[in-house]
Amino acid sequence: MEYGLDLEYSFNEFLKGFGLSSEIAHIIWLPLPMLLVLVAAVVGVLVTVWLERKISAAAQQRIGPEYAGALGVLQPIADGLKLLVKEDIIPAKADGILFTAGPILVLVPVILSWLIVPFGQNLLISNVGIGIFLWIALSSIQPIGLLMSGYASNNKYSLLGGLRAAAQSISYEIPLALSVLAIVLMTNSLSTIDIVNQQSGAGILSWNIWRQPVGFIVFWICALAECERLPFDLPEAEEELVAGYQTEYAGMKFALFYLGSYINLILSALLVSILYLGGWGFPIPVELIAKFLNLPINAPFIQVFTASIGIVMTVLKAYLLVFIAILLRWTTPRVRIDQLLDLGWKFLLPISLANLLITAGLKLAFPQFFGG
Amino acid sequence: MSIAITTQIICFTILSLVILIGALGVVLLESIVYSAFLLGGVFMSVAGLYLLLNASFVAAAQVLVYVGAVNVLIIFAIMLVNKKEDLKPINDIKSRRIISTTICLTLLSLLIRVDLTNVWSLSSPQNSIGEESTIRIGEHLFSDYLLPFEVASVLLLMAMIGAIVLARRDVMSKDISTGLPVDQELIEKSSEPLLTNKN
Repeated sequence: MEYGLDLEYSFNEFLKGFGLSSEIAHIIWLPLPMLLVLVAAVVGVLVTVWLERKISAAAQQRIGPEYAGALGVLQPIADGLKLLVKEDIIPAKADGILFTAGPILVLVPVILSWLIVPFGQNLLISNVGIGIFLWIALSSIQPIGLLMSGYASNNKYSLLGGLRAAAQSISYEIPLALSVLAIVLMTNSLSTIDIVNQQSGAGILSWNIWRQPVGFIVFWICALAECERLPFDLPEAEEELVAGYQTEYAGMKFALFYLGSYINLILSALLVSILYLGGWGFPIPVELIAKFLNLPINAPFIQVFTASIGIVMTVLKAYLLVFIAILLRWTTPRVRIDQLLDLGWKFLLPISLANLLITAGLKLAFPQFFGG
Repeated sequence: MSIAITTQIICFTILSLVILIGALGVVLLESIVYSAFLLGGVFMSVAGLYLLLNASFVAAAQVLVYVGAVNVLIIFAIMLVNKKEDLKPINDIKSRRIISTTICLTLLSLLIRVDLTNVWSLSSPQNSIGEESTIRIGEHLFSDYLLPFEVASVLLLMAMIGAIVLARRDVMSKDISTGLPVDQELIEKSSEPLLTNKN
């Protein structure tokens, strides 16, 4: 499977043409994919915020944003600008250092996790060997930031929100990791590239969702809980806790929380599409289309076509899931804290353990279907 | 000196400084909350050191276990019982300090001995396994390190059962340590101050 566009190689060769050493070329190359992914994440957030406003309006039979640009597409940018120029307030009795560090600690791990999101065979920042495990490890840092901001705000609602966020995040991390483990068991690798390649055999039929239906549902529920989306938005339940750990925040620090939660939502949707919906794979394998058109698979045209269709498919699948998440948010009521913890510990955890066990058994029984 | 080696030296210096200063802060700071958060920073820097040693799986496991689980639970516990009370002065503080200093120095000398006696250099640079380390760790856990692995899991199970027994005393009809029947009223009373005296 070593075909596909290798942009890094061609870029380095291009720079070497100007007489630069390969080390300098590498250093010039390094920030480019990072910047690109950061911009992609922020644009993704703007799109998601617009979608959230429009879909929530449709669910409540309103019109939603209308005047800022066509159909209100500029509304998220206006929101962002507003937050950028607002006064930055630190409450008088709050703990200044922790109050500032909290939102940063929430946002940074989420952005770092984009390291492993592939948009094509070679279209990711780094194909690290530990792949998906890196995401699980990084997402476990977030509760510290939430606890920190909850404590530093010096407000009982903030503290309660922070504690709830940490409890929720710890409880749902375990079924999440177990359902990822079942996928890893089938792939024999932690790398996201290998996970997608393992599903690319027969187009839509070989996607993991058919082999891991239980894992898919468990993962999706846990991902929503980790993102603190309704029905699991207890940490910021506005009727009980004002806004949870964000209560005292204003301006750009609040915007960091806002940005973090939406980047996390998109990241979760992308990871669901990578783990269960074939990642960048087209429902019909590209090899079949190339054969049908009588073109060799290494032809430049097919290469560019594969790469662009890969990006389109990844984004399309992710936004389909984001759409479902938004629809869920505006149509379901919130669960109580005891129901939330019951669901996590007494239902999802045993189910995902059983799923892992059954996957291991099926892998031994049918190695050709469940990864030998 | 190549750029890669320079980057490595800079990273190592920063990480070691953060570990040393952070660890001193954990011990010396007055505020227990700051200590707990600094501990998280120290754990993260140790993970960074593992990354520099090409042990990415160990680094991620370090972050997941120590930062994501241990440190979060420590902070959680501190915030649930954040009582502002003056600590009682200890009478024999001097002898205690002497004992703890001796223990720390003994441990330090043990570490120095390990450092001096162990052969650190690899026989050849090709022997470093890098990304393959995940597979190697798995193989070792299921062959020659199977017994320690299983014993550790039994230990964790015991800790878990102990925690459940401590937390759910009300469902037991007999006291675990004394064998006497449990006075349910006493339990209600003992849990009451936690709810009411929380000014």
